[in-house]
Formats: sequence, structure tokens, C-alpha cells
Amino acid sequence: MNSMRKAKKFFFFILTQGIILIFLLAHSFYQIHADQSWLEEKKRMVRDLELTDLCLFTEANYTRHLTQADRHTAFQNSPLALEHFPSGSILLPPEHLKK
Amino acid sequence: MEGWERQKNILDFSLSSLLRRKGKNLALVFVYTLLVFTLASVLFFTHAIKREASLILQDSPELIVQKSIAGRQEQIPLRYLEPIQKIRGVQSGRGRLWGYYYDPIIGANYTLMVPEKQTLESGKISIGQGVSKTRLVFPGDTMEFRSHDGMLLQLQIQQVFPSESELIASDLILLAEDDFRRLFGGSREYATDLTLRVRNQRELPTIALKIAEMFPDTRIILREEILRTYESIFNWRGGMMVFILVGALLAFIIFAWDKASGLSLEERREIGILKAVGWETSDVLLLKFWEGTIISLSSFLMGIIWAYAHVFFTSAALLAPALKGWAVLYPEFKLTPFIDFSQVATLFFLTVVPYTVATIIPSWRAATIDPDSVMRT
Repeated sequence: MNSMRKAKKFFFFILTQGIILIFLLAHSFYQIHADQSWLEEKKRMVRDLELTDLCLFTEANYTRHLTQADRHTAFQNSPLALEHFPSGSILLPPEHLKK
Repeated sequence: MEGWERQKNILDFSLSSLLRRKGKNLALVFVYTLLVFTLASVLFFTHAIKREASLILQDSPELIVQKSIAGRQEQIPLRYLEPIQKIRGVQSGRGRLWGYYYDPIIGANYTLMVPEKQTLESGKISIGQGVSKTRLVFPGDTMEFRSHDGMLLQLQIQQVFPSESELIASDLILLAEDDFRRLFGGSREYATDLTLRVRNQRELPTIALKIAEMFPDTRIILREEILRTYESIFNWRGGMMVFILVGALLAFIIFAWDKASGLSLEERREIGILKAVGWETSDVLLLKFWEGTIISLSSFLMGIIWAYAHVFFTSAALLAPALKGWAVLYPEFKLTPFIDFSQVATLFFLTVVPYTVATIIPSWRAATIDPDSVMRT
């Protein structure tokens, strides 16, 4: 009887986690739906203000406006400047510079 | 029904066996959960950012023209606009005014911009939530800026953008053209860059080519390139991703090595005893399969749940120090929980399956040896 309870406990444990996952999935669907108006609002801001980038990093101009960076950005502080902003080492160069 | 009972009995035995080495197995579950949590957090975060970027940047300018001198972006003369607008297919164009301002009081960088559609009175500004929170300023307050000629410029806050817009406008300050010119100087005949709208998307490369031929000192950025940049942002080649992936890979090598290098003496003896009391090789393999599944499935599910809560309920608080860098103004963006199920499935197959397989193989080797010789070792 006692050993049976262990298997049952494990099933309940997995079942609970499964239910939490289903709840999170429902939360994801609900939140995506609820955020639609804000996504539209952000789209409107991007269109009206002619924005080009996400505000992810504000420490350096070429990581704040990643898509506006050019081939010389890395050397703008001095011709031999090394990367010294952490976000510069996280991000990849913009797509048009990879051609 | 009998098969199900057999499975339950073996599962019971597996759990008892795991609980006999409680300390070791709990530590294993903890590390395993942490590993899945880290990987899933990065996957959830990067996918949500990419998805949101692809949605909201769809309406960014179709074509941007910048002037470049000696490798630096310079102000572009507005007279460039007239011949560009005459190119067939160009619908409209305008000079965009924007730049950066370093606030020495708090050490933060702001993006300053003159809006086209939203008309602001001179002396008034609209600011992003990040600026408001960092400088502790609110509608009605004034902010001081030091202009290019050393004068102090006082601008009154008219509006603070809602917190939901932080992902695009956290550091943004909108101001009138007159204030922008007063702050940064420069001639009215110049703008920071030019933005163009075109009639037909398919004509964009041709228009870009014509502009490049017309003005060889310009650099052209297409909207498609902006979108592609954010599609590949935080790619595995990026610094942080490489380190996380290498860390995860090393952790899995340790896991797999620990399991595949063989069983402990105690585990081998346990298998020998089970065989001696009449267990089949298939029963022993089933036992080990359940042991592997209990650990890997529990860890996987817990890791995924905690990662979701971390990224979407706490705005990825644990990833923030890595992303924040030296920035004083850091946007607290609430990401929309876009989930890529294929990524979750990949994570499942990369974590649960190899661990379970690595558990079974050495057990199969031990289970096929004569029980007498196993018990004697």
C-alpha cells in the first residue's frame, strides 16, 4: 500500500506540473490576445515616429540603434578602439553589414 | 491492465531506489532543472523579443538614406530630398531629426527625436517611461538640457509614454523642431537622415540603387534589413548565447559521462540481486528507464515552468544584469508571451531523451552479465 502511494504521488506531481503548463499555455494565449491593442499601439508609434529599433540597450549608440550602425561604428571612439560595452559583445552586426 | 500494474510496481521500486540515494538524486534534479531553466529562459526571451520586433517594426520606414563622410554618419542636406522624390515609385519623403543626449546628472543616454505627425509646442516634451523613472520626473515637471553653445534649455514634460511602450520608447524624448535646433545647433537645411515611403515594395531595391547612383556619399537602409537584423538578434553566434550553449553542453557532457561511464558498485550489486531473485533483463531496463524518466521529466517540466514565470512574470529579472551592461537607463519591458513550441520540443529532445538513453545503456550492460559475478565484484 505504502509503495503504491509513491507511484501515485509521482503521477500527481507530474499531473500538477502538466496542469501548471496548461495554465501557462492558456496564459500565453490570453496574454497575446490581451496585448493586441498594445501591439497595435506600438506599431502606430513606430509608424508615426518613424522608429527603426527596439530600446534594448541604451549604453552605446550602435546597440541602441542596432540597424543604423555602419562598418566604422566599432572604430568611432578611436581607430584602434576595442569593444568596451557589454551589449556590443552580445549582439550580432546588423543584417546589411553581413552582405 | 496487468501491464499497467507491472509498470506501476516498477515505478514504485524506481522511486524507492532513487530515494535511497536521496541527496545525490535531489542534487542531480536541482542542477538538471537549473540547466533547463537557463536554456528555456534564453529561448523564451529571445523568441518573444524577435516575434515582437517582427510585428511592431513592420511599419518602420521603408527606406532610410544617410550621408556618410570619412566613415561617420553626418547630417544630410535636405536638398537631396527633391531629386530623390522625383524617382519613379517614391511616394513621399522627409528629413528626420534625431540624436542622442547624455545626461550628466544620472549618466544616462537619451534618444531625442522630432516627431512628424505629433506636433509639440516649443518648450514642451514627451518622454519615455525609462526617462521618467530614472530622472524621477513627471508631467508638469521641467527637465534641463545643456545646449551646444553651453546655454541651459528648460523643457516642460507634457506627457509620459505608457509603460507598455518601454520596448520601443523607454529612452525616447520627443521635442519640437525649434528646441531640437536650439539644443544641437546646425542649419535648417540639414536633417539627421531621410526617410522614404514607396508605392510598391518590389521597387525598393531599384529605388535604393538609383539613390546610390545619384548620391554616392549616401548609405541606404531598407526596412527588410531592419526586420532581418531583429530576426537574427541573439543568434547562437552572439557572445552570450555561445557561452550559455557551451555551458549547457559541458553540463550535459558531465551528465552523460557520469551515466555512460558505468554504474556505481552499489547499483551493479542491486541489479545483480534483482536478477538473482528472478527479475528479467527487460524488467531491469524498465526500472532504469523509469529512474531516468523520473529525474529528466521532473527536471524538464520544473525548468520550463520556472523559465516561463521568470521571463514573462518578472520581465526576465535574472537575465537583466547580463543585458543591462553599463546602461543606467534600462527598459523594464513586459514581453508578450509568444512561445515557439518547436523550440520547447527541441529542448525536450535535447535534454530528456539523451539522459534517459544514457541511463539505460550501462544498465543494459550490467543486466546482461551473470548475476553471480556482478554480486561478487
